[in-house]
Amino acid sequence: MSILKKALGVEKQIDSFMDQVIRSGLIFSQGAEAYLQGNTTDFQRKLKEIIEVEHAGDDLRRSIQQYLYTKTLIPESREDVLELLEDMDSLLDRFKGALWRMEIENLDIDEDFHDDFKLLIKAVFESVESIVRAARAFFKNISSVADYLDKVYYWESESDKISTRLQMAIFRKEELRLSHRMLQRELARHLDKIADRAEDVADRLNIYVIKRSL
Amino acid sequence: MFGFLSSGLFLGWSLGANDASNVFGTAVASRMVKFRTAAIYCSIFVIIGAVVSGAGASHTLGKLGAVNAVAGAFIVAFAAATSVYLMTLARFPVSTSQAIVGAIIGWNLFSGSLTDMTSLTKIVSTWVLCPLLSAGIAMPLYLMTGLIIRRFSVHMFKLDLLTRWSLLGAGIFGSYSLGANNIANVMGVFVPVAHLGDISLLGITFSGAQQLFLLGGIAIGVGVFTFSKRVMLTVGKGIFDLSPVMAAVVVWSHSIVLFIFSSVAFESWLKGHGLPSFPLVPVSSSQAIVGAVIGIGILKGGKSIRWKTVAGITSSWVTTPIIAAVISLLSLFFLQNVFQQDTYRPLEFSLDNDSMLLIEQAGIPIENLKPLMWQEFPNAVAFKKQVEKTISLDKKFLQLVMDAAEVDEMEISAEALNSVKPLAMSAEQFKALQALEGRVFTHRWQLDTALAEQSPEFQFVEGNPGKNSSLQSLLKQLYNKFRQ
Repeated sequence: MSILKKALGVEKQIDSFMDQVIRSGLIFSQGAEAYLQGNTTDFQRKLKEIIEVEHAGDDLRRSIQQYLYTKTLIPESREDVLELLEDMDSLLDRFKGALWRMEIENLDIDEDFHDDFKLLIKAVFESVESIVRAARAFFKNISSVADYLDKVYYWESESDKISTRLQMAIFRKEELRLSHRMLQRELARHLDKIADRAEDVADRLNIYVIKRSL
Repeated sequence: MFGFLSSGLFLGWSLGANDASNVFGTAVASRMVKFRTAAIYCSIFVIIGAVVSGAGASHTLGKLGAVNAVAGAFIVAFAAATSVYLMTLARFPVSTSQAIVGAIIGWNLFSGSLTDMTSLTKIVSTWVLCPLLSAGIAMPLYLMTGLIIRRFSVHMFKLDLLTRWSLLGAGIFGSYSLGANNIANVMGVFVPVAHLGDISLLGITFSGAQQLFLLGGIAIGVGVFTFSKRVMLTVGKGIFDLSPVMAAVVVWSHSIVLFIFSSVAFESWLKGHGLPSFPLVPVSSSQAIVGAVIGIGILKGGKSIRWKTVAGITSSWVTTPIIAAVISLLSLFFLQNVFQQDTYRPLEFSLDNDSMLLIEQAGIPIENLKPLMWQEFPNAVAFKKQVEKTISLDKKFLQLVMDAAEVDEMEISAEALNSVKPLAMSAEQFKALQALEGRVFTHRWQLDTALAEQSPEFQFVEGNPGKNSSLQSLLKQLYNKFRQ
């Protein structure tokens, strides 16, 4: 019975860890929006929240990692599961990194680019939300993983399109200083890279699924 | 006696080192069950299976060649064990069943005994049927398991847990079936020659055969602990990369197949329901496991199966009986001629008036056989050769002539009557025996007939395999007691 309890315990921990990744995406979206609106109070609050979420995520990941190693659970998929969890954790880190970048650079984003930045943030969040759904399905219902992976690829491609359009618009705005243009371009690229990273995780997850097809 | 049994124990050890790996090999290789846990459960349930239901499959093996001297039984088991050991060293999941069959045939050749082709055909046909049946069970079982997992969206960790329990359950069931089915290979040849009395322990009576099976089971357990780990890893990883779920399906299929070929109760149930039954034959657990693994491999498209490994295993099925037969022949020659040990009791054949009468009553024309009357033939092969030269008979009638002519002199002496008292028989049966005191019989069938005339309890009843089997066993014990 204790083994059953432990197995259920690790199941819950993985679910909580996935919740943390989704939460970090939501906080990032709200924080970035607050930043674009110039709402410093809300932005600072979100920054604080995402740091807490990141700590909680790290703790959960370590605990799961330790448990899987010491109890030799799912020996055939353990390496894959641990890599997946690390990948998901890196997405969480990147959300936190994006908000920190805004805080550090304190960049004044031109009003003309606000809409595209908002669209980019949405696309990035959607891609990460889809990869979290795919990862959850990997544990519970492996046959539906492919559906979510398709969504990841769709939103990553959207994110690419928006990011390219945004970067072109930034560099065509000649009244802005080059340094200003470059910093705004870097922020767009930073956000786009989160979706790229989600796509990389999706590729690996696809292979884990093939390996685990019973 | 125990010195002679040592080769059987060696064979048991080899079986534990080798065939037991089939039961838990996939579980251990996929790291779902620890080797120690596997070894403990395997040993316990092999012993239980051997003692409780080991008798089923040993009858067929007994028919293949009735090894009638303890030194011969020693060599047969020794030859089988040596071949299994050699194949184990070569890391092939070799079959003890094939080794023992080869060794018995070696003894038959040496002693001039006939190899019962019906039993041999029955046994060899299972070498083909067993993997096919195993694949046939594994394929739908695997598809069904996949369907259930998808239908109920089982979480990876719950599935992991269920698979572990399933592997353990299948391993326990497999160990029990292995003990029940394969103990015949280990100790079967000793049953007719080792005359052990019944022992009562905690109100349970253990027959001589059961005591032998217990010893064999313990030897298997020792083999599991000391040498099976390496083979487990070969079996688990060698043919096809198995996921834990596949591993569970493979072991269940293997265990079901072994159970089918060893359970008297299941055989009776099938017959009782008018269904075709399977022969109770010691089958190869290696074949069962390979069959199941290939079955799943085929479902997966067949591309990942390492056919080279499969071919290696298959070739060992051919080489094992040959190696065992050669070792058996050479060792028997050595023991008989160098150590002056009787490796067989010569069976003479002679047609006398009584034999001819019995043959005539069966509707066989005896004119052609008359020239053979009173001639003495030193063994079954020589007699059969002469009979076949003289008259053309079908298999059934030829067997009848052989049985009628086999010389097995027995005397119902007062001393022998005293020695049969502890045997498990009814008062009426003992009374029937007493009535024959002082009589001398030249052939076994004469004693059978005389006893059947004395009491209906010595008569075989059609459609009652249980009674017939215990009567047969009692008669065998009586022959041993009264034999001159």
